Amino acid sequence: MTRIVVGEVSLEISLAGEGPPLLFLHGGDYFAQNQDFLDKLARRWRVLIPRHPGFGGSERPDGFRTVHDLAYLYLDLIEQQHLDDVVLVGSSFGGWIALEMCVRSVERIGRLALIDTLGVKFGGREQRDIADIYALPADEVVRRTFFDPEQTAPDYSTIDEAEAASIASDRAATALYGWRPYMHDPGLRRWLHRVPVPTLVIWGQSDGIVRPDYGEKLCRSLPDARFELIPEAGHYPQIEQPDPVADAIERFARAEVKS
Amino acid sequence: MKVWHFSEMAYHPAWPELRDSYRVVIPNRLYDPKIGADLYHRYLDEWALCDELGINIMTNEHHATATCADSVCTIPMAILARETKHVRLLALGMPIGNRNDPIRVAEEYSMLDVISRGRIEMGFVKGVPFEISPANTNPADLIERFWEAHDLILKAMTTHDGPFNWEGTHFHYRQVNVWPRPWQEPHPPVWMPVGSPGSAMEAAERGMTIGVLNTGWVRTPPIFEAYRQRAAEVGRPMTPERLAYMALVGVGSTREEGRRRADQILDYSRTSGIVAPQFINPPGYASVAQSAQALRMGGAGFRAGRIQSRDGRSIDPRRMSVDDAIDAGLSFAGTPDDVFDQLRAFYNHVGGFGHLLMMGQGGLLSHEETVANLTLFSKAVLPRLEELGA
Repeated sequence: MTRIVVGEVSLEISLAGEGPPLLFLHGGDYFAQNQDFLDKLARRWRVLIPRHPGFGGSERPDGFRTVHDLAYLYLDLIEQQHLDDVVLVGSSFGGWIALEMCVRSVERIGRLALIDTLGVKFGGREQRDIADIYALPADEVVRRTFFDPEQTAPDYSTIDEAEAASIASDRAATALYGWRPYMHDPGLRRWLHRVPVPTLVIWGQSDGIVRPDYGEKLCRSLPDARFELIPEAGHYPQIEQPDPVADAIERFARAEVKS
Repeated sequence: MKVWHFSEMAYHPAWPELRDSYRVVIPNRLYDPKIGADLYHRYLDEWALCDELGINIMTNEHHATATCADSVCTIPMAILARETKHVRLLALGMPIGNRNDPIRVAEEYSMLDVISRGRIEMGFVKGVPFEISPANTNPADLIERFWEAHDLILKAMTTHDGPFNWEGTHFHYRQVNVWPRPWQEPHPPVWMPVGSPGSAMEAAERGMTIGVLNTGWVRTPPIFEAYRQRAAEVGRPMTPERLAYMALVGVGSTREEGRRRADQILDYSRTSGIVAPQFINPPGYASVAQSAQALRMGGAGFRAGRIQSRDGRSIDPRRMSVDDAIDAGLSFAGTPDDVFDQLRAFYNHVGGFGHLLMMGQGGLLSHEETVANLTLFSKAVLPRLEELGA
C-alpha cells in the first residue's frame, strides 16, 4: 500500500505486477475480497488499485462528493502517471465511475471492462433497476449479492477494529456518493455513445442487485461492447469466480479491436 | 420551571397488527381515517385544555409510523396557535436536515409566530435514523445539511431589508425574502434535542435550548454538564431555561392510579424503537467507530444500552416496567407527592433544568384519563415546582 497525491486528494493505492497498465476501480463493499482476482491480473498487468476518497484510508476533501469528482480524479491520475492504453476495469460502483470517465475522455484508455456495473437508469420512474440495499433486510442483501453466500460472505464477528472501521467508511462513502439519485446519474445514459473503446460487459448470472438483463441493456447502449455472463456468481463475479473473470478480461484485452 | 405537555398522537389501533416494525414499511391500509380523525381531535382537545391548565404545548413529528401520527409538526401548532391564547407552543421539532426546503420552514414558523402573537418556540431536529428512508435524504451528510438549513432559516427570519443570496452546499436560493417576519425579536427561541455531550456543546455554542429525551438518570448529567461548561467557555449566559428534560408523567389521586397511567404512557417507549433492523443504522448516519462496532456485533446492539437503570444495567425498552422507568429517571409516577419527590430527586441529581417536557399522554391512555392526568398535575404538582428554584 502506498500513497499518490493527485491534486488535493491523497489516494491510498496498491500497485502490483509488471506490464501494461490496468486501473481497477472497486465497488462499494467487499474490497478486501477482491485480492485473489487482483493477484491474477497482476501476472499480466501493472495493476493500480486506488481506494476512492472517503473509502478505506483515502480522505475525502470537503466538497468532493459526486461520482463526477471521482471520474475527473482518475482521469487526472492516469495523466499524472503518464499511463497510456490503459485497461480500465470497474466493479459495481467502480464501473459507474469508469463510465463517467469514459464519456469525458478515452484518450488514454484502451479497453474498458465493466463488471456488474451501476450508474445508468434504464427503467421507468416506478421501476427499480438496482435493488435498494438500504431498505432490504441485511441477510437478503447478502443473498442477492452472492451466488453462494455461505462460501463467500465474510464473517464480520472475527475481524479487528481497524478492518471494521474501514468497511464502515466504505459503506458511508458509498451512501454519500450514491444515495440520491440512487446509484445512478440520470444524465449518463444520454452520453454512452461517447464510449467508443472496446468494452467487455461482464455479469454474474445470479446477480440479485442488478440483474443480467440490465447488463445486456448497458451492453447494447455502448458503441463497441460485448457481453459475457459468468455462471455461479452474483454481484461480484470477480470475487466468487476470479479465474473465469480474469481470463475473460485477458482474452478480451488480446482480441482484435472490432473497428 | 416551565412544563410542556407532549403527545406523539399515536395511531395505536394499528399496533395489534404490527410485529417487527412499527415504522417505515407498514402499509397505511392499517390506518382508518375515520378513527384517525377522532384521535386527532381528542389529542388536539387535550392540548387545548393545556391553555386553561397553564401547561405549555409541545408537538413533534415522525414519518411512516403508527407510533406517531403527527407527520407535520406545524399542523397541530397552526390549529393551536388560534385555539389557545396563553401558553407557549413548541415544535421539537422540525427535521430540517430531512426537509428539502428550509425557506418553507422559516415561513411556517414565522407565520405561526405571528398568528400566535409571539408564542412559538422552534425546534430543529437532526432526526432518528429511521426518518432517513421516508425522506430519502442522504444519511452520510445529514449533519452538514442540518447546520446549513439552520443557518439559512435564522438568517431568513432575521433579515428585514429585502432579498439576500444563498448559494450553499445543499441549498440554493437567489432571492431569500421571507414574509411574514416573525413576531418575536430577533426570532423565536431555538431548541434542539440532543442525546450526547458533543451535541450539547454544539447547542451551547449557539445558545440553543436543548431538549434531552430518554437519557434518564445515567446519561443526562454528562449532557447537561457539557452544555454548562461549553456555554461558560464561549461566554454564553447560562440559565436553567437552556435545559429541558423529557419524562413520562402519570399522576393519580392514588399511587396505583398514577402508576397505571404511567404504565399506559410507557407504551410509547415500548413501541417507538421497534423498527426493521435495516433502518436502524443507515450508512454514514452514525460515526465510523459506532458503525464498526455494530458491524462486529452483527448489526445487533446499535442503539442498545440507551436506557439504563440507576446502577447501570441495560433496560430493554420493549419490556420496561413502571418501576424500571422510575428507576431509570424516564418516568415520574404515582401520587402528586410521589411525582414531585421523584422530579425533585432527578432535578437535584442532574444539577437543575428549566423545562419539564411532560409526556402526559402516550399509547392507549384514553382521553378521560389524559384529561385527569393533566388536570391533577396542573393543580397538585405544577404550583409546587417553584420550590425547585428554577
